[in-house]
Formats: sequence, C-alpha cells, structure tokens
Amino acid sequence: MASPAHTGGPHLAHHFANLDQQYQSAKLGMWVFLATEVLFFGGLFCAYVVYRANHPEVFLYAHQFLDKRLGALNTAVLICSSFTIAWAVRAAQLKQVRLLILLLSLTFLLASGFLGVKYIEYRQKWEHGLLWARRYHPEVHLVQEGPGHDVEVPGAAPPGPGAQAAQEAPVTPAADGDADRSRIADAASGPVGLAEPMPASGEHRVVAEPHNAQVFFSIYFLMTGLHGIHVLVGMGLMVWLIALAWRGAFAGGNFTRVDMFGLYWHLVDLIWIYLFLLLYLVH
Amino acid sequence: MAVSTPVLPLTDRAAPAGATYLNAERGLRSWLFTLDHKRIGVMYLVVILASFLAGGIFALLVRTELLTPGPTIMGPDTYNKMFTLHGTVMIFLFIIPGIPATLGNFVLPLMLGAKDVALPRLNLASFWIWVTGATVAISAIVLGGVDTGWTFYTPYSTTTNTAVIPMTLGAFILGFSSIFTGLNFIVTIHKMRPEGMTWMRMPLFLWGIYATAIIQVLATPVLGITLLLLVAERVLGVGIFDPALGGDPVLYQHFFWFYSHPAVYIMILPAMAIMSEVIAVFSGKRIFGYRFIAASSIAIAILSFLVWGHHMFVSGQSSLANLVFSALTFAVAIPSAVKVFNWVATMYKGSVRLLTPMLYALSFLFLFTIGGLTGLFLGALATDVHLTDTYFVVAHFHYVMFGGTVIAFLAGLHYWWPKMFGRMYSERWGRVGALLIFVGFNLTFFTQFVMGSHGMPRRYFNYLPRFEGLHQASTVGSYVLGLGFMVVAAYLLHSLFRGAPAPANPWGSATLEWETSSPPPPHNFDEEFDASDPYDIESLEYDPAGGGYRRHDPSAIRLRPAGAP
Repeated sequence: MASPAHTGGPHLAHHFANLDQQYQSAKLGMWVFLATEVLFFGGLFCAYVVYRANHPEVFLYAHQFLDKRLGALNTAVLICSSFTIAWAVRAAQLKQVRLLILLLSLTFLLASGFLGVKYIEYRQKWEHGLLWARRYHPEVHLVQEGPGHDVEVPGAAPPGPGAQAAQEAPVTPAADGDADRSRIADAASGPVGLAEPMPASGEHRVVAEPHNAQVFFSIYFLMTGLHGIHVLVGMGLMVWLIALAWRGAFAGGNFTRVDMFGLYWHLVDLIWIYLFLLLYLVH
Repeated sequence: MAVSTPVLPLTDRAAPAGATYLNAERGLRSWLFTLDHKRIGVMYLVVILASFLAGGIFALLVRTELLTPGPTIMGPDTYNKMFTLHGTVMIFLFIIPGIPATLGNFVLPLMLGAKDVALPRLNLASFWIWVTGATVAISAIVLGGVDTGWTFYTPYSTTTNTAVIPMTLGAFILGFSSIFTGLNFIVTIHKMRPEGMTWMRMPLFLWGIYATAIIQVLATPVLGITLLLLVAERVLGVGIFDPALGGDPVLYQHFFWFYSHPAVYIMILPAMAIMSEVIAVFSGKRIFGYRFIAASSIAIAILSFLVWGHHMFVSGQSSLANLVFSALTFAVAIPSAVKVFNWVATMYKGSVRLLTPMLYALSFLFLFTIGGLTGLFLGALATDVHLTDTYFVVAHFHYVMFGGTVIAFLAGLHYWWPKMFGRMYSERWGRVGALLIFVGFNLTFFTQFVMGSHGMPRRYFNYLPRFEGLHQASTVGSYVLGLGFMVVAAYLLHSLFRGAPAPANPWGSATLEWETSSPPPPHNFDEEFDASDPYDIESLEYDPAGGGYRRHDPSAIRLRPAGAP
C-alpha cells in the first residue's frame, strides 16, 4: 500500500527503525491488500460457480456468443504487460530511469490496447442486445449447420427424444398454481426441462436458447466490468508513476512504489486469465 | 494500488519540551490532516460517539413508539425507517469501527512502544473514507429513509422505493475504511513489535485486535461485492438476486452473512481484547491462561467464517447444511468459554479493585455470558425454528453487542481516558453511570427475552395487548439506559476541563502505553523498550507523590534513548 519516502531527504520515515523494516511493511501491506482484492472478486466467482453448477446449459450455450479470438488476444496483451511491468521493476531497482519510463509507458499502451479490444467486444454485445438480465434482448441466434453436432448444447437439444421431456417437464411447477415458481428453472429439471424446441429449417437449425441465458451475460458484464475498472485504476497509477519517474523520484534506487504497483498489476492480469478460461472457454 | 508515503512532518520533533500530542500543534488543519495515530484515534472517537448518539436517539424513538399498541408517536412507515436507521447507524457507523478505530488506533502503537502505525497516511485515508461513507449513508435520511432493516434482504431491498442505494453505497465505502484499518494493524503488529515482544509476549489487547483485523481484511470485501451487486441489481437489473430474471434471493443471504457473521466477531473480539487488559490490571494479577486467551482469539476468527448458515435455518437451506452449520455454531462456544473462564480465574485470589473500568468489565462477564448462552438456543435447530425473527433474537444480539461490545468499549474508554486526555474523571459519578447502564440495559432487554419466547415477532409496529406490560418495562429500561449515558457523557466532558491531572500510570498496568506521560508527547516515547512481559503487574508499586504507579526498577525495561542505534 505504502512505500518509503523519497521526496527529497532520506527515504526513511521517522517511525521506522530502518529501510528494510519500511520496505517489508509496505510489501506485507500490499499482499494483504491483494488478499482483499481476491475476496472482492471471490464473491463474483462464487456467483459464477453457483449458477454454473445449477445451470450448466446456460453457460454452454451463451459462452458461444463471446469472441474467443478477441479474448485470446487480450490475454496475450495482458501477459505481455505483466512482462513489461516486471522488467520495469527491475529497471527501477537498477536505477535505469529512462528504461523505467519506457517500460511503464509500454505497459500503459498495452493496458489501453486491452481496453480497446474490450470496447469492441462490448459494442458487439450491445448491438446484438446481449446485455445483462433486464436489458437482454438477443437479436442473434446460434445456428447449427447440417446434421453434424459441432455446436452442442445439451440443454437446448433439437427436436427428438429430449424435446419430449421438454414438453412435459415445465408442467410440474406450473401445475402447483404457484405463479412465482413457474419462472424459476428447477435445478434438477432445468437443463432438459425448460428448453423450447425450435423448428428445423432446412440445413440450418436455430439452436434453442436455454431458459435464463441472460444470467450468463449478467455475470459476464459484472466480472469483466469490475476487472475493467481495475485496469483503469492501474492505468491511472501508471500515469502517476511515470510522472514521479520523470521528476527523478526513482533515481535514488527507491523502487518500492514500482514494486508494489507491479504486484497489483500481476493480480489484475491473473484475474483476467481466470475470466478468460471461465467465460470464453467453457466445455 | 500504491498509496502515498508515510512521512511524518518533522514538526513534532521540534515541539517544545513538555508538549503533548494535544497541544503540540494548534488549529483545525493540524487535526484534520494529522498523521498522528493518537489524533486520528481522537477524531474517530468524536465521530463515532456522535454516531452512537444518533443511533441511540433512533433507538429511543423506536422504544417510545412501542409504549402502546398501534400508533404512539409515529406511523408504521416511519417506524420501519426508524429501526432501519437504528440498525444501520449502530452497526456500520458505530460498532464495527468502534473499538479498533478509536481505542485501537490510540493504544496499539503505544503498546508496541512505537511512534506510529506502520502506514500513517493510510490511517488518515481510512478516517476520511469513514467520513465519506458516513455522509453518503446518512444522506439516505434526507432522500426519504430506508425501510429494509439493516440486512437489506432481497427481493424487498431491490423493489422498495426508499433510498436503498445511498445507504448501501455508504456501507460499501465504510467497508474500505474498515479494511484499511485492519490492514494497517496487521502490518504494524507484524513488523513493528519492539525487542523482546515475541508473539507470545504481546499484550492480549494486541492479539484481540490482530484477530479482528484478519476478519476485517478477509470478510469485508465480500460485503463490498454483495452491496455492489445489490446496487447493480437496482440500477441495471443484473438479476443475480432476482428470481424473475433467473437469480436467487437466498444467494444474497449467503453473501451477506458470509461477511456479517464474521462482522459480529469484528465487534466482539476487540471487546474481549479490552477485557483481558482490564481484568488483569484491576485484579492486580498476571493474566491467567495467556496462551489460551491468545489462541482462542484466533480460533474465534477462524470459526467466524464457518457459521454464516445459521442465519438461514428457515430460509430453505438443506437439512444437511443446517446440521453442519448448527454443529459449527456450537463450536464457537468453546473459545468463548475459554476466555470467560480465564478471566474469572484471573480474578481468583487477586486483589480486585472495583473501579469504574472494572465495574464495566464485571458487567461484561455477566451480560456476555447471558448473550453467549442464549446464542446456543438459536444455534440449536429445533428451538431456532420457534425463536427465529422474534424478540428473543433481538435480546440475544443486544446482550452480545451492547452487553458485550458497548460495555467493554466503556470499560476501555474509562481505562484509557486518563492516557488519552491526561485527566481523571469523577470515580463516584463513574460508578453511578455504570450502575444506571447495567440496570437500564437489563430492564430493556431481559424483558425482550421473555416477549420473544412468547412469540412477539421482531420489527413489528403493532403487538397484542398481552405484551403491553413487558413492552412498557422495556421502554422504561431504555430511558434509564439513556439517562446512564447522559451521566457518563456529562462527567467525561466535565473531566476534560476540570478533571485532576492524570499520572502516567494511574491503574498500575504493566503494558508500554503507561510508560509515557498522560497525555503522551507527539512522538510517544523518549526511549526504546525491552517489552518482554506485559503482565508483570506485581513489579509496580503505588507512588503517593505522583498519585499513580511506578516500577520498582524503571530502568529494567528501558533499553536506550529513542533513535539511538
């Protein structure tokens, strides 16, 4: 969280006995902060696990609307930025201020690139009406070509034996006469039970959408949105570090701030890698 | 998130000899932007006691409304907003930050013989984050109030048209204040302990604050994301908690209690931490079972994360989950009882002095034990079905939160008051206040145990005529309680101006904060210490000349002048 003093004078703040104690305090503080960040995202990961465990068909179906190539590109961009920030920490340790500024700027550019790609993806979702629950009005559908099953959505089986079950299952909750229940997919009957069979049209069949597909997009926007905010905060901090470096704050070998920022940036990168795996690469 | 530099201004070194942290610098700015943990602690004390006053007024209005069945002084909608305000203000503004941010901030570095917390700027930031969060939360009153209760349960909180968003955003911001305070304390305790103070030689107050800090850091972010989801639910309609959009309202309860049950221990652990100091000092004896008290703090912190499901015994949780959560809930009784038994054993054959802090400590023992044992009624599945959402629950958590935390906070406030402000309060009035609060509290809440077990539901505006007598007794009790607090406020404020000057060590305590003058100088200490025994209480003797206590051999624990290599 904090880093030693360096604005002129000695780097040692008056309440520390020595520089090592000061550096170790900053480092422990940063790691504890990262632990809180993990738990902050942990709530969303937990929501992901709950909904995916209860409604796997929703995730299998809806993840196909995400662009894997753009996701992979962004993963590569962030991994590169982790490399440049690690190198920047090394440059700060070796007092190579010009190299430090170059690497921080490069990291900033990579972060901007990440957000640029993210913007393209968000715009596509916006245009297709693939937004969070209340704003979910899809204007695109998955199309299955020919008899082959290259796109498999167990919950949204085409007409066949599964569809029979689909016709019968939803009757159960509605038969209770309980209006509230009828809209909630039962975890057990959900996958097969609530899928609407779609008519086959020639070679192309529109893959039926499972019930509650909008939940996936809520989780997608919440997780990537919160991550995006963290990227933005990181970019702000990079501007601040570049300004400090420009003023010579790191010329004396006092690299704590760059080091602590590096830890933060690695965490942002790491969280994205999990998001990429969990949201884009569903099997 | 790299944050700024903890460089203290060097002005305090240049302060005149004999200057205290209170008068070394003057002017409002020297307070509002101070990095001195003592001043930050005092500022927290002011705003947190103001919150306590507000929450107390809301409580008295609620109790007054319940004097008679039907409308007494307000309508049902106002009543709903009033108990919600009482709950949110007391929980988020007062009792969660209460002890760590005020007494913890002031005492923790002093107990370590240190000059400040490890991250002073973060400390100031967390104070201002608190102020921001409190302002946003309180703005909900102006914007129409909130009527959800302090738990903000969905789907009601996503559909009511009251000002849920400012209140939850305020609680979200306050959470970061709590996180940063906890983080600061963890780092300070890890990295700034003096020579000789190994983990097993720390004052037990520090163990309690450390265990609290762990919960603050690990649980609060989950509340943060939960409240953020609630706001997103209302603003955008993300549907995570909305069954109509495919979500699950019980998931909200899981998320909320995953924080809010540990938060109960954020409230009680610092209270237990104060108890360990006060009981030992006023028994004139080494604390009994040091290792067990220290370890039980950590045990409570760990168990606190494993019992949240006991808030959902009637929310449609599976029987297996209910059984597991019930068993884990019972397990919390073990470390809690370990503490109580050790405190009682500390008093055994001690020379107990019944001064004001000790009176509060004894009240704590009595009230917390009742609060803890009635918790077992609620942790048991069969009785809980009967008692859920009745006044029994209200009485139980007030016995733990008020009878435990607030009473211990008062014990700590009276114990450290001379150190904080350099003045002694009136001992006689102190005892009167403690007695009024004890009697008023029991009258207010014991009646609620009776009502609850007879089926009086909590949060109801109206009630059956047969509860009228008990409700009126409870309301009268709350007035006695209010009177007790007015007495306390009066003599404490009076002592600031007219109190006798406090000696450095008025109670005969062996921890390091009593080695410096009362109030301390801005830099805390002139020496560095060998802090190897915080409970060497027998090595102190009364010094009639100074009116306080001093060590037989003061040089024994002093190592070298501060700053010397």
